[in-house]
Amino acid sequence: MAEIDQEKRKAYWRENIRLMVVLLSVWFVISYLCGIVFVEELNTIRIGGYKLGFWFAQQGSMYGFVAIIFIYARRMAALDRKYDLHD
Amino acid sequence: MELQTLTFIVVGITFAIYIGIAFWARASTTSEFYVAGGGIHPIANGMATAADWMSAASFISMAGLIAFFGYGGSVFLMGWTGGYVLLAMLLAPYLRKYGKFTVPEFIGDRYYSKLARIVAVICLIVASVTYVIGQMKGIGVAFSRFLEVSYEMGLVIGMGIVFIYAVVGGMKGITYTQIAQYVVLIFAYTIPAVFISLNLTGNPIPQLGLGSMLVGTDTYLLDRLDQVVTELGFSEYTTLTRLSPLNTFVYTLSLMIGTAGLPHVIIRFFTVKKVSDARVSAGWALIFITILYTTAPAVAAMARLNLHNTIQPASGENLVYDERPDWFRNWEKTGLLKFEDKNGDGMVSYTADKATNEMVKVDRDIMVLANPEIANLPNWVIALVAAGGLAAALSTAAGLLLAIASSISHDLLKGVFKPEITEKQELLASRVAMAGAIGVAGYFGFNPPDFAAGTVALAFGLAASSIFPALMMGIFSKRINKEGAIAGMIAGLTITLLYVFQHKGIMFVASTSYLGDMKPNWFLGIEPNAFGAIGALVNFSVAFVVSKFTPEPPEHIQHMVEDIRVPAGASLAHSH
Repeated sequence: MAEIDQEKRKAYWRENIRLMVVLLSVWFVISYLCGIVFVEELNTIRIGGYKLGFWFAQQGSMYGFVAIIFIYARRMAALDRKYDLHD
Repeated sequence: MELQTLTFIVVGITFAIYIGIAFWARASTTSEFYVAGGGIHPIANGMATAADWMSAASFISMAGLIAFFGYGGSVFLMGWTGGYVLLAMLLAPYLRKYGKFTVPEFIGDRYYSKLARIVAVICLIVASVTYVIGQMKGIGVAFSRFLEVSYEMGLVIGMGIVFIYAVVGGMKGITYTQIAQYVVLIFAYTIPAVFISLNLTGNPIPQLGLGSMLVGTDTYLLDRLDQVVTELGFSEYTTLTRLSPLNTFVYTLSLMIGTAGLPHVIIRFFTVKKVSDARVSAGWALIFITILYTTAPAVAAMARLNLHNTIQPASGENLVYDERPDWFRNWEKTGLLKFEDKNGDGMVSYTADKATNEMVKVDRDIMVLANPEIANLPNWVIALVAAGGLAAALSTAAGLLLAIASSISHDLLKGVFKPEITEKQELLASRVAMAGAIGVAGYFGFNPPDFAAGTVALAFGLAASSIFPALMMGIFSKRINKEGAIAGMIAGLTITLLYVFQHKGIMFVASTSYLGDMKPNWFLGIEPNAFGAIGALVNFSVAFVVSKFTPEPPEHIQHMVEDIRVPAGASLAHSH
């Protein structure tokens, strides 16, 4: 029984890490890549009055951060239930 | 009604609310004092966290920074919000699962070492005390500007208000006042922004107005702004970069890691009921923060455009000084706006060229403070901005003071020196520590030390280079041991302090900087304020190497790490 429990916890943790890596990649792309590293290239594209790189740096990245946290919270709540490890 | 009277009434009402909450939400146990009893709803905690986080600097100064740095100001926007992603994924849920009262307590237990706990307490106190000095200054300045009382008088009133609700109510009182303070500050910030956006672009939502065309033209607001500032010789607004792209990158990272590692923010997540609530609550906190942080760039660009348009309505057509608007006169009185008629033509010219520029001082803070007047908004809006600025400073000060007080009474007294004291005695000690912390913060408010100007660098540097890595490794590695963690914290801390002091002077006394604050001396061109991320990297590396060559942590610690990784079995935060 204890061993099954161990396995279950390990699998849960692996899935958590995988989800985190995906979401942290998005976090990195929308802020560091779109807002800083490739800002000049993206500034050649426009949405309305915004240059795209500027928009990511002063608006888009922050909306993205909010979305990332809520996606993480939802997915983890589902994972908690899947492995029956919720509180 | 007279603006002065109106301001007194609005600020008076908000203060009455804060004090009323203090008496309603008294803390009667240590759990209520440290973590508000642990049953706060995630949305309520998110709102309190937003007020806790957004300081006088966010409210008053940030839009001004962006107004003059343009794109270069993005560092603060991304840096001060992106940290919540790290907090939600890497720290908050696990620390909530662990279910104790303070950040050093987790570090002490996880690294089975009182020394580690003491090192963490020192980092926490230095980071929080330097941070709170800035808030005290903000309170004094806000009072003296809005209510025309002296700086000292303002500081005393502010300390009195915080004393009442923080000493009586502890975390419980602070939580409910922070919720009220958030409501005040967000209305105070967004209402003027909505009106200004409507005036300029016809769109009431500032976030959309910033990307819209100016009323009655087919020119986009940002294009017009770029054109206006470049004609005057300033750098183009939407592409202006501060220092190098590498510096921008590292600075943003430092602010993010620092945000996630600041103890007064982390402890807010100990107040929710469940692990899953901690995750959701971080999301709500960021929503409430983002409402202000996405409005700020709109306020910045619109205020900058309004400023230039007032001074030079059309090319070659300058404002006649004697016909300047009322807000111009009002802010001249405060010394934040200064005009000098260099060519004696009686007209105002504002250019990037120092020799011909006649606006010799335009304080950045004016961008938010004078905004309602520039847009001709009614007096009650101006009064509301005063109350909002005070709410931002008070809420952050209270959160920091609680972090300081709890680490003294719970970590040092109960945890290290006098473990035998009863809960009642500890509760009393925590109140005394809170009163003491307010006294110390007030003292520094009255006598701002030389290092006051560098406090942000210090607070974020310490949080990023010492606290964040220690917490993260404690959760994500079973192998990092006591020796590694302590060596890592001390190494990260030392290198960050050395770098900051080397360029800014020891404790920011300029004459003691041993390499000079010269850009050629910066490591890879990284400014001292941005060095926290490098400190964190050093911390991770040292901890990893030292742990590799020393014995692995005892088995019960490895079990503890396994246990905090899953939500199952979480209970309310408790002391034993």
